Amino acid sequence: MKPFIVCEHADFGYENQDAVIDLSIAIEPGDYLCIVGANGSGKSTLVKGLLGLLAPTAGTLTVSEQLRQGGIGYLPQQTAAQRDFPATVYEAVLSGTLSRRGNRPFYSLKEKRLAKQSMERMGITQLRAKCYRELSGGQQQRVLIARALCATEQMLILDEPVTGLDPSAIQEFYHLVRELNQRDGITVVMVSHDVRGVIREANKILHMQQRALFFGTAADYVQSEAGKRFLGEGILEEVRPWQ
Amino acid sequence: MAMIREMLSYPFLVRALIGGVLVSLCAALLGVSLVLKRYSMIGDGLSHVSFGALSVAVAVGWQPLAVSVPVVALAAFLLLRLTENSRIKSDAAIAMISASALALGIVVTSLTTGMTTDVSSYMFGSILAMSRQDVFLGVILSAVVLCLFVFCYNKIFAITFDENFARATGIRVRFYNSLIAVLTAVTIVLGMRMMGAMLISSLVIFPALTAMRIFKSFRSVVVCSGILSVVCFCIGIGASYRLSTPAGASVVLVNLAAYGLFTLASRLCARKYK
Repeated sequence: MKPFIVCEHADFGYENQDAVIDLSIAIEPGDYLCIVGANGSGKSTLVKGLLGLLAPTAGTLTVSEQLRQGGIGYLPQQTAAQRDFPATVYEAVLSGTLSRRGNRPFYSLKEKRLAKQSMERMGITQLRAKCYRELSGGQQQRVLIARALCATEQMLILDEPVTGLDPSAIQEFYHLVRELNQRDGITVVMVSHDVRGVIREANKILHMQQRALFFGTAADYVQSEAGKRFLGEGILEEVRPWQ
Repeated sequence: MAMIREMLSYPFLVRALIGGVLVSLCAALLGVSLVLKRYSMIGDGLSHVSFGALSVAVAVGWQPLAVSVPVVALAAFLLLRLTENSRIKSDAAIAMISASALALGIVVTSLTTGMTTDVSSYMFGSILAMSRQDVFLGVILSAVVLCLFVFCYNKIFAITFDENFARATGIRVRFYNSLIAVLTAVTIVLGMRMMGAMLISSLVIFPALTAMRIFKSFRSVVVCSGILSVVCFCIGIGASYRLSTPAGASVVLVNLAAYGLFTLASRLCARKYK
């Protein structure tokens, strides 16, 4: 199968200031890619590029035909305004089907069914009439994943999804994403600060610092210069313990 | 009943009622989106800009609406842009723009006509302000706003709830934001002369906040704030007629009372479930 997304020597940025420089990566179907790096290292800019919201200022970004048709599900960073938004879970999830709809003004039965399926998958059906702001952080993330799943069956892009979650909710969240990746074969791209957490989850790591310091498998990453410096010692034996 | 019949026998009051109902409906609907996106202060800022534009227009002798609608729309664009690329914090930017516009209006007025009752009526509103032309513009405005909320309801929800996600799914976020800004600008210019520059922003903010005390879904918040705003406006005008108080201030006080009632009700509900 062709890779979903191929970047070749791509730069991304705003107004003469490139936040991402000379990036060459390929995202294959079934990958679980984690993008790590310090604040301001260009992670979020790259995500905008992958989503097609920002054209590369140099180089190329090629999106496969299959992905273009199937669409990308996106889970943005949560904003403060969102956390107390008066919307029911169902309303929020249903809004994920918008991309499939073009310009028709109302939702069809098919879209409503899709939203119900995705709520079931995330185990939030019993919350459907609940208000978004009354949910816990972990539940809110489930809602947002369900919404993203309405938009795609192929690829999810998660932008710092575990920020602000408590440790048990983080573990639960990783478990959920692992299942989507391994059981359902959904390609996952996740931006995260939690390097030690994601190194056990992902099979590929991209370490950014404007340029790509490292791009390869998680196992190689812990051996690499960049990985060792970022992680500290003593993480080797913890990598993907279930394999 | 007799009072209502009596009120409706004055043509200027009928105009004020029709115009006011339409304006408060639009303000409430747009307000839900603005309040949830943390743009509540935009209403306030725009009304001051509108005051400035109006004073200048009157001083120079131009048609007030023809000047203030484009100026305020422009200001709305600017304020939204400022919040998007936030080099200056948006609350500070709004405060700055609104104070400058207010100051400009006051200086221009005092240099030309002097502080007359006209100015005071801009500040605090006058029930006599609604002209036939204003009512006509109000009808068009509310038709556009209602169409927007019926046919693009889902898009508005997506943009209000999560702009980044909406952008990623291919909604033209900037277009809808600008549309909302322009509609807000027209609403404020229209409502300002009746409600007053100092008070018009309450029409934008109050109904949404009140509805959110009790309702938990976006749809019910939108519907409730629309209805609430119209009801509060009618009660306020009735009270102002009966007690001969200024119309704008009376409407705001009725809105405040509604907010209090809803808060109380939500407290009581919460206690019952515990």
